[in-house]
Amino acid sequence: MKGLLETVVRGLGNGSVYALLALGFVIIYKATKVISFAQPALMLAGAVAVSYLVEVTGFYLAVPLAALMIALLALGIERVAIRPMVGRPVFVVAIITLGIDVVIRVVVNHYIGRDVRQMGDPWGFDQVSIGPLVVQERWLAMLAVTAVLVGLLFAFFRYTRYGLAMRAAAYDQETALAQGVSVGAVFALSWGLAGFLAAIAGMFVGTGQGVEQLTWIIALKALPAIILGGLDSLGGAVIGGLTIGVVESLFQSYQGDIAPWLGQNFAVVSPYVVMLLVLLVRPYGLFGTREVERV
Amino acid sequence: MTTLSRDSDIPTGRSRRVRGRPLLYTSYGQDMALLDTTAKRIWTLVLVLAAFLLSGMLADRSLEVLAGAFVLAIGAIGLNIVSGYAGQISLGHAFFVAIGAYTAAALSGPVDGRNLGFGLTEIWIWLPAAGLLAALAGVLVAPLAVRLRGLYLAVVTLGLVFLGEHIFKEWDHLTGGPGVGRQSAVPTLFGARLDVDGPLGTREQSLYTLMLIMLIIFAVAARNLARSRIGRAFSAIRDRDIAAEVIGVPITRYKVLAFGISSFYAGCAGGLLYVMTGFVEPGSFSLLLSVQFIAMVLIGGVATVSGSIMGALFIVLIQPLTRALPGFVPFISGDTTVTPNVFQVETVLYGLLIVLFLVFEPRGLFGIWIRVRNYWKSWPFSY
Repeated sequence: MKGLLETVVRGLGNGSVYALLALGFVIIYKATKVISFAQPALMLAGAVAVSYLVEVTGFYLAVPLAALMIALLALGIERVAIRPMVGRPVFVVAIITLGIDVVIRVVVNHYIGRDVRQMGDPWGFDQVSIGPLVVQERWLAMLAVTAVLVGLLFAFFRYTRYGLAMRAAAYDQETALAQGVSVGAVFALSWGLAGFLAAIAGMFVGTGQGVEQLTWIIALKALPAIILGGLDSLGGAVIGGLTIGVVESLFQSYQGDIAPWLGQNFAVVSPYVVMLLVLLVRPYGLFGTREVERV
Repeated sequence: MTTLSRDSDIPTGRSRRVRGRPLLYTSYGQDMALLDTTAKRIWTLVLVLAAFLLSGMLADRSLEVLAGAFVLAIGAIGLNIVSGYAGQISLGHAFFVAIGAYTAAALSGPVDGRNLGFGLTEIWIWLPAAGLLAALAGVLVAPLAVRLRGLYLAVVTLGLVFLGEHIFKEWDHLTGGPGVGRQSAVPTLFGARLDVDGPLGTREQSLYTLMLIMLIIFAVAARNLARSRIGRAFSAIRDRDIAAEVIGVPITRYKVLAFGISSFYAGCAGGLLYVMTGFVEPGSFSLLLSVQFIAMVLIGGVATVSGSIMGALFIVLIQPLTRALPGFVPFISGDTTVTPNVFQVETVLYGLLIVLFLVFEPRGLFGIWIRVRNYWKSWPFSY
């Protein structure tokens, strides 16, 4: 039981990172109807930015600075590469984000080099005990920071003018435009937010084990998370991310004993299995809006 | 009788062409013909003959590269069937290619070897088997695909690639495991091995000819498929699936069919792809391979067979150019461990090319060819 709970805490910690990434995907999707495949590169760039800034400013200042930098980078990408593509097929824009992803990663890899870069985070692999449970501090930090960020984000969407504008634009772009909402600003804002969240997620991914060139692959686990939750549901992204994290963690701990025939490292692909199973039952994810189409 | 006379008014089959009016069709059959103008007939013949003659003229190294391009073209045609003609975006093509590659390798592998093998080296056994097994996988995946559209489908097929990568890395009795790999399919035709120097020419010459013949078979089959009832159903589903259903296209059946046929092509391409290198490693079937196929389709031309072939040739033939880059640009290295290296430049180039083509010429190389052709057709007038 103790082991199980510790596994779940680890899963929730990693899952909250997936949730942050998934939120970025969903925010961009809601605004522009595009899955941005540039998200992994933004995450990696965020982690690397933290690893450099930490030597200058210290960790707690480096994280928000890096997140702002990546948000600006995302804004720039949106302005230069995505905005001119408004009105083109969704697939075109998705491929463009894929190309941007590769370009950014090549540039960022240059700054990573061949070695692992450390975040200089205060948690490392340190453990802390809550009652009988012994868990790593960084998982608790991930969970706490994600909870705060998600709370702020939902408050932003619920109570601010810009949040309202974003919700309106997501609901119906033309009507929002007619009501005076600057849809262009909404696109920019959603990319900026996604970049910000990706950078924070990247920092957390880098805690403990550090960041290397292949770290970007972790961001792809947010894809099953968003499909699981439903592409256009913010709450779904959070729940999907946490679910994927816990499932992966459970497979990590128990699959070797219970089902060794699945092979080593099955945990790595378990999110995709969960995604496939859920889609068989609910084609639009758990909380996604069912598309109603007219001919 | 009125009906008889009306029947004779509408000529069917191949009727006489009017000289000097290549675009005047006097029958439906002419309009639907694969090679509908004399010029096309002549030039296609010339092109095919030239392709066959090349095997005697080029160096073995170049033949190997071209043969590889032909096989990739088969795979690209397969992806074009499901994504171009039927409009179902699939990022999972590498998965089906892998199934084909391993089916072929296992069937033709030695019985008592280190890896799974059945010793059936005849190409007419393992090639259809590779295609069929991949097609079966495609049909099994299709029920998911039928319920999903657009980006959901893209992400799910992406998941397929990761799952496949995992399976093939873990099942080392079949694949040899990551970093080790296994011997790939052995091509034997009626007892004669095609991958050794023989009476037909050198190893590269016979493999080149084999791949060329395969490409022609698969390309003609795809063209015929596209102009048949099935092809028209695919286009209808691509353009508006609900409308297609309303006019009586059984959507589920055709989506399953599209995935099946596409995977059959992928499987055959996979079986043939590693014949040249004689070696196949489970790490090769990653997302990058899928992206390469997508690049071929998009750069070559969506929903065109000749475009897929052009795209595959283009992607393969820019490789020697980029590999030569370190000689000209001093800061680009040929070593994978240094940044920026040639392979990264290549990856960026794929992305950039896809974007440029999507923005400036969505019809791809095929579209450029159409524009050039139309320019000279009406030359010296502008239209």
